[in-house]
Amino acid sequence: MAEAAASAAPQPVEGRLPQSPGEMFRVFNRLALQGFGGVLPIAHRELVEREQWLSANQFVELLALGQVLPGPNIINMAIIFGDRHFGLRGAFAASAGLLTVPLAIVLALSLLYQQFASQALVTAALRGMGVVAAGLVIATAVKLLRTLDQNPLGRPLCYALGAATLVMVGLLRWPMVWVVLGLGAVGMALAWRLLAAADRAAAAKEAAGR
Amino acid sequence: MPVSTLNALNDTWALLGLHGLGWPQLLQLFGHFMLLSMLAVGGAITTAPDMHRYLVHEQGWISDAQFTASVAIAQSAPGPNILFVALVGLNVAGLMGLLATMLGIMLPASLVAWSVGRLRRQRHNSIVLRAFTAGLTPLTLGLLLSTGWVLLAPTRQHGGSAVLVLLTVGLMVRTKISPLWLIALGAVAGMLGVTG
Repeated sequence: MAEAAASAAPQPVEGRLPQSPGEMFRVFNRLALQGFGGVLPIAHRELVEREQWLSANQFVELLALGQVLPGPNIINMAIIFGDRHFGLRGAFAASAGLLTVPLAIVLALSLLYQQFASQALVTAALRGMGVVAAGLVIATAVKLLRTLDQNPLGRPLCYALGAATLVMVGLLRWPMVWVVLGLGAVGMALAWRLLAAADRAAAAKEAAGR
Repeated sequence: MPVSTLNALNDTWALLGLHGLGWPQLLQLFGHFMLLSMLAVGGAITTAPDMHRYLVHEQGWISDAQFTASVAIAQSAPGPNILFVALVGLNVAGLMGLLATMLGIMLPASLVAWSVGRLRRQRHNSIVLRAFTAGLTPLTLGLLLSTGWVLLAPTRQHGGSAVLVLLTVGLMVRTKISPLWLIALGAVAGMLGVTG
């Protein structure tokens, strides 16, 4: 666990640190403005490679945490990272940096769209963009399929749970709250049992090795 | 004043209105988005199917086309894709709707992230957290696919849109092409009538 303890500490081994909440706002704003259809790849480039505020390992750890928690991954990451360095002020600075300017841009675009919404060509263009938007989301799911290899549940169970979710939420349109609480509980209970068994087996192996 | 300027002023003014929603309904909207915030495992976009179910089918506050357009506009702009929630709120009830949906989707999840971040500096990688991740990941995938299905609601019956979706997925998975080009391609395909 020594490794994990070291990487959970706020300071990167050989890097710089954000100097002020203001600097944090600027960096998060810069990375948000570069991210079309997803900010995460840009976040890696800016935080790890350019600013060196995080090592690659620390980034992956932060990302994993941001993904499990409810809410937008990148904003969860910004809040946790900002809080680590400047407390509540840092959390606000980082998340505001992500949201403020992009929100203004989206609102301006939407107003612009309303001006021309009555024109058939604009509506048609937006219909096509909607189809691509659907494709972008589906592609994210396809890319994430690879991460199932490391899942203790194993592929068949993962596919069954994913397909059941798709049918209940996407096709049958059941309220998400019951599906996530119900299927989620099943998934977590199964994962818990398998993880506990794996931990016991590992412990027994280690004891036998001694 | 030219007519277009007047129109723009009118539209800007309309932002301040509630689009016929009363305060109790606004509170209901805020409450539903707070609930979704806690359920948004794998990002805000995974709650899109339930937002659509609630806003389009259950309440009838916005149309299929408005919903999909909100997501499409948000994806064609830079920034986190949670911003589609702001546009959905704007369509439901102007600026007050935007505040209700954005604060609703942000507040609970942010508080959780903030407290878990602090907690984790003391202890990490317990079996609870690992079981939580492993158990929910498959659901995340199902929710993402549901989102794709729901976004296709206005165009699903056209064969052209199926081709465009497959092309988008293929290019995103196989190449490093920027999504911006694909969105531009979608706009052109739409104008050419591919998607109906």
